[in-house]
Amino acid sequence: MGSQYAQAVVDGVLTGGVYALMAAGLTLIFGVMDIINIAQGILVVLSAYLSYVLSVHLGLDLFVTLVVTVPALFVLGVAVERLFIRRLPDRDRTAMSILVTYAVAIVIEGILIQVFGTTPVQLHAPYVDQSVHVFGFYLPYIYLYGFLLAVVLLGLLYALIYMTRFGQALRAALQDRRAAELIGIEVDKVRTLTFGIGVAVTAAGGMVFGATNTFNPNSGYDLISRLLTIIILGGLGSIGGAMAAAVFMLVLEDVVAVAWSPIWSTLVFFAVLVIVLTVKPNGLFGHEAVRAQ
Amino acid sequence: MVAATLAVTAGFVLFPLVFSNPTTTSIAFFALVYMVSATAWNLFSGFSGYIALGHAVFFGVGAYTLAVAAEKLHVAAGWLPFALVPLAGLVAGLIAIPFGLIALRTRRHTFVVITIAIFFIFQLLAFNLTFTGGSSGLQTPFPLWTAVGYNQRFYYVALAVLIVTVAVTVVVRRSRLGLQLLAIRDDEDRALGLGVRTGRVKLFAFVLSAIPIGMIGAVYTYFLGQIFPQFAFDPLFDITIALMAFFGGLATIVGPLLGALVLESMQQEFTLRFSAGGGTYLIAYGAVFLVVILFMPRGVVPTLRDALANARARHVGGPGVRVQAPLRGRP
Repeated sequence: MGSQYAQAVVDGVLTGGVYALMAAGLTLIFGVMDIINIAQGILVVLSAYLSYVLSVHLGLDLFVTLVVTVPALFVLGVAVERLFIRRLPDRDRTAMSILVTYAVAIVIEGILIQVFGTTPVQLHAPYVDQSVHVFGFYLPYIYLYGFLLAVVLLGLLYALIYMTRFGQALRAALQDRRAAELIGIEVDKVRTLTFGIGVAVTAAGGMVFGATNTFNPNSGYDLISRLLTIIILGGLGSIGGAMAAAVFMLVLEDVVAVAWSPIWSTLVFFAVLVIVLTVKPNGLFGHEAVRAQ
Repeated sequence: MVAATLAVTAGFVLFPLVFSNPTTTSIAFFALVYMVSATAWNLFSGFSGYIALGHAVFFGVGAYTLAVAAEKLHVAAGWLPFALVPLAGLVAGLIAIPFGLIALRTRRHTFVVITIAIFFIFQLLAFNLTFTGGSSGLQTPFPLWTAVGYNQRFYYVALAVLIVTVAVTVVVRRSRLGLQLLAIRDDEDRALGLGVRTGRVKLFAFVLSAIPIGMIGAVYTYFLGQIFPQFAFDPLFDITIALMAFFGGLATIVGPLLGALVLESMQQEFTLRFSAGGGTYLIAYGAVFLVVILFMPRGVVPTLRDALANARARHVGGPGVRVQAPLRGRP
């Protein structure tokens, strides 16, 4: 019995890493641009399908497919930002960004349904089906590799934000848009790149998601609501908060699944958000809303 | 204005008598369902600027109220189940009180996300509670009316709900409450400072917008004869009514009506013509919306109204006169 819980905690930490990867882009985009990208869920699914096509038809290894999908999603993200997001009037940015990215999500979902149908699929590789036995836990290799990938990519993202000139510009744009513009930062360019990077990170998350879950074009709804829950709990705009919240929520969900039932664990996921926000309206790791752009 | 309203109302009343083909009247019925929903959603979200993506909760609650009540009270098929429609509205309104009390503690993005989260809680409950019948759903009584008469009766009930909903919205828009909501949309802190009891105003409008959606959810369920959790609590419903209201023009009266009429009729046509894949419809739907946002970022009705006013100004006042309507929100 006890080992069952330990296994649930380990599983939760490992899947939490993958969710952190998917949520990182979302919270980064929010922090810099003050918008919520509802399309993030379907973009995860889109990247999973891209990896699926590349691995099934070209026989590429799942991790090699990232060489194609990450840049492809970056380009897609830049295009979406340029075409739609940039044109939004500042006044209604919040409301409009949600509706616009939702419309983008619907279009992508429609295309995926036309191309792939709604039969659920899953990514396959030898390391998806095999597991390693350490310290009495059964750990599927894909969870280990996925977690490592998440750690590496989130580390790179951190380095990008805190150790490069672009990162400085990004953080400046995050703190105060007008002041950043005054000292010569091209905020529009930073925003476009941020959106591209936020979406590109998703491609990696999508591959691991596709290997650890079955998915179809409708999977985007469930995914985006979980990712939104995570970034709200983590405090909007905080990557570290998103990581902590992702691990916390996934561990909680897995433990509830063992203790109670998998059906109600999903409910706990959303109920925790509702409870936390009634006590702390800015999330577990969030600060008072000081942004007034 | 009054004459035009009466003429349009008369048109809606006569429509199923002139076009009595059941296929046409069923499309018209679905259009009315969404016209009610988009108008009610706009009453809260359009006026207050709080984008709620959880109104499917009220639709589902209304739907299950009718189905469960009809089953428990052994209501016979026929006109009688329609008597449960106000009850469905009442239950939806009651559910909206705790929902609103929790969600309205937050603002902006957090509000959007918490409405989505509460929506999923309700959907999971509908799937897993026993009195909802779980994933096998519930049946409603089935009246033995002819196809033509069946659709006409439901059409008129939906039309009655719509007329009440629009009337309430017009009254709200012209009242103190409407002004207070618009003040909250423009600057909530300033509104609070000027003495608007923002918490109370928001909650009242939230509950008010839930009631018609609960009622029309009940009518919709009785029309279909059965209800399943995934259709009663449908995430697409949340976004669809928001897109419809936006398409026509947020915070206007005509906008959501027009948006729902155009987009829902289009969707029904699409479903009839391309029954094979749901994909084409989604693509068309999203694309129409993106085109509108690119070329008419304030929605169809406000943009057309300004264009009309400008054309008239050019005609009357000669060159150089441009009429710019206020940003949004004239009735």
